[in-house]
Amino acid sequence: MFYNAIMDPARREQDLAAIAMLREPVRRELYDHVAAQEGEVSRDQAAAVVGVRRGLAAFHLDKLVEAGLLEASFGRQGRRGGPGAGRPAKLYRRAAGEVSATLPPRTYQTAALLLAEAVEQAGADPELYAAARRSGEAAGRRAAAGGSRPTVERLLAARGYQPYRDGGLLRLRNCPFAVLAGQFPVLVCGMNLAMIEGLLAGLGDAAGAAAMDPAPGRCCVAIHDRRREP
Amino acid sequence: MAEPTHHHLAQVNVAVLRTPLDAPELAGFVELLAPINALADRSPGFVWRLQTEDGDATAVRAFDDDRMLVNLSVWESLEALRDFVFASRHLDAMRRRREWFHRLAIPYLALWWVPAGTVPTVAEARSRLELVQRQGPGPDAFTFREPSPPPDPPHDANELGNSTRLA
Repeated sequence: MFYNAIMDPARREQDLAAIAMLREPVRRELYDHVAAQEGEVSRDQAAAVVGVRRGLAAFHLDKLVEAGLLEASFGRQGRRGGPGAGRPAKLYRRAAGEVSATLPPRTYQTAALLLAEAVEQAGADPELYAAARRSGEAAGRRAAAGGSRPTVERLLAARGYQPYRDGGLLRLRNCPFAVLAGQFPVLVCGMNLAMIEGLLAGLGDAAGAAAMDPAPGRCCVAIHDRRREP
Repeated sequence: MAEPTHHHLAQVNVAVLRTPLDAPELAGFVELLAPINALADRSPGFVWRLQTEDGDATAVRAFDDDRMLVNLSVWESLEALRDFVFASRHLDAMRRRREWFHRLAIPYLALWWVPAGTVPTVAEARSRLELVQRQGPGPDAFTFREPSPPPDPPHDANELGNSTRLA
């Protein structure tokens, strides 16, 4: 049902190799750029953003595909076909799977899944949400007390959510709890919302208001700018 | 999606009310009934849901326990149902389930495949749920976390009994 690196030595080697690949600075930049995009990225676009020649970008992008960090497909990126469209471009997007390695070996995911199952069976959703809210609030207060007053966007980015603006909303492209949320969506999305609500409360009143606004393929929480609300 | 669908997915779940539906504690739930049911009706892959003339199933008592509500619906695929349940506004309602419903110590949801074009009865839903409660997830009754694939069309003609076969 889920993968456990400790029990699968071959997979562990692959994951370590994939992470080691990112030591190459250009490759790392290309990965970060593609992984942060909602749609697919062409070789030309990636090369332009990172500021390298197309051939070099293509070389590194294909290495990232080989390592399982990116996925490639051929397409026209929404442009129309027909005369002048040229042949389909090779497009890249973040791979669906996860790569992780901990040294020494730890399997927090196994523990998290067991704990989630127990919380679900105990019907302890409210206790979980309360704990998540407290944890978020404490983190928000710590951040607010620090010298440079951080924005919600920066704070969420640091927690791996990959926030992006969508009109007056701040949406989150990445779910930091994806595997767990896939198995226990109600519990984990509720926990996530409570934690982000706490974070905003800890940061201060003007930080915004979080609400659940799920759709297939993105994080369940969106943040409304409080100033826009009546 | 373009392929002919021989089977649709049936879903049943039950919930035990903490207070009667007209109590103030349940106001939030009652308020969401119509909009969430309407959302289900227009969700991609929705086929059918059990309802009375009120437009919902809160008047249906399928079990001996009078506080027990039942949801019974049919969807084109597991993905369609999953997207509605966990990736729409319905999720926000589910997040609040402990405000309105008691925790159930036994499984409260069952999924199973029905021949496309047929809808299950409440009695059948009850027996599928009891199957999951008795034996755990299997091909005849399963859960989101341990789903079973739809039966192969040529293979299951007998298993499906008197249902109408598609060409």
